[in-house]
Amino acid sequence: MKAGTVDPDTALHRVHWMPGTDRLLAVCHCGAERAFEDPVPLWDWLLGHPEDHDRPAEGAP
Amino acid sequence: MTAFVRNQWYVAAYAREVGREPLGRTLLDEPILLYRTEDGRPVALSDRCVHRRYPLSQAPSRLVGDRIQCGYHGFTYGTDGACTYVPGQQRIPRTARLTAYPVVEQDSFVWVWIGDGEPGDLLPPRAPWLDSPEYTVVSGMEPIDCDYGLLVDNLLDLSHETYLHGGYIGTPEVAETPITTTVDEEAGVVYVSRHMDDAECPPFYANSTGIQGRITRWQDIEYHAPCLYLLHSRVAPVGSPPPNADGTDPQAFHVEVVYAITPSTGKHTYDFWAVARDFALDDQEVTEFLHKNNHTVVMQDVDALNVLQKALDTEKPGYQELSINIDTGGLAARRLLARMAQ
Ligand code: FES
Ligand SMILES: [Fe+2]
Ligand SMILES: [Zn+2]
Repeated sequence: MKAGTVDPDTALHRVHWMPGTDRLLAVCHCGAERAFEDPVPLWDWLLGHPEDHDRPAEGAP
Repeated sequence: MTAFVRNQWYVAAYAREVGREPLGRTLLDEPILLYRTEDGRPVALSDRCVHRRYPLSQAPSRLVGDRIQCGYHGFTYGTDGACTYVPGQQRIPRTARLTAYPVVEQDSFVWVWIGDGEPGDLLPPRAPWLDSPEYTVVSGMEPIDCDYGLLVDNLLDLSHETYLHGGYIGTPEVAETPITTTVDEEAGVVYVSRHMDDAECPPFYANSTGIQGRITRWQDIEYHAPCLYLLHSRVAPVGSPPPNADGTDPQAFHVEVVYAITPSTGKHTYDFWAVARDFALDDQEVTEFLHKNNHTVVMQDVDALNVLQKALDTEKPGYQELSINIDTGGLAARRLLARMAQ
């Protein structure tokens, strides 16, 4: 049995804890990304898809 | 209180607990009687006699063949819940029927469907290690006097291992290592993964695997809301090769930690816990050590959650919490449960 296998074809919301920082990067299945410092507004935004998911990521280059 | 999620499978008991002695459990506020027919089939019926509501799981209620006879005035019911006998008269009232619950025996658990409709094709999620010759399992069940949401919070954030379970399974690296959290809303699954590249080996793993020195330690959680929690734990000496592309992983030790989180009432939860390992399969000393050690760890959580629930009971409505990065998985689980409960 393989550990922690996630089916890549389903609609997933993913949150990365950005290495070496206190910031969380939220990645929607639609491709929208945004960084947060608090997981509560993070889930509001991420699970609120598609609302407000077309803007570029906060602090993006 | 965390809302109950109905129309789901819940673990009511270990298969070994269900036999020819009536067993009573309360799931989502519903009292349920469990027993096994003479040919070994598990049965789940409402645990209240329709006559004067006497619990059918309580002596002197008893099994007569495959039927359950109420210990108070003798109403008797078949495995489908239909009443087959009432005392002193021929006519059996049409409404004399117990709710019969769909039951599945799978992976060493007896699962009961709690809901308004039938499960149809929907089967409980799997924990195949618990019933596999390739693993050796230790397990138990502890009741907790808390809202089941507190146990979900507890299990989705393993950083608490460093503090609550220091000296057992916790080391500094657990709380310090960032996590990745993934939510599959459609499937109702939350994944939390924490991969520690170079960590202290806690006594739980040092004594069971024999590893001396530092380890790579992976914790991959799959929470199949609402009831089943899986923790795939991979431990290997630092510098060992990663798993092979085909999924085999001969250099590492694997422990599959399984919890079934079954809400009993709003303030009472069944904590079914099991630890399955793929090494030292026949080593009785390792089995005893893991059973004792994990039971201690579970009781550390049970004691803490009992204390926490008591403290929360004294809070004013609308009290505040503060969530930080480590809570990302727990918050995802709360949202998922809230949505599923609607
Ligand atoms: S309460 Fe069961 S027969 Fe009277
Ligand atoms: Fe714990
Ligand atoms: Zn989106």
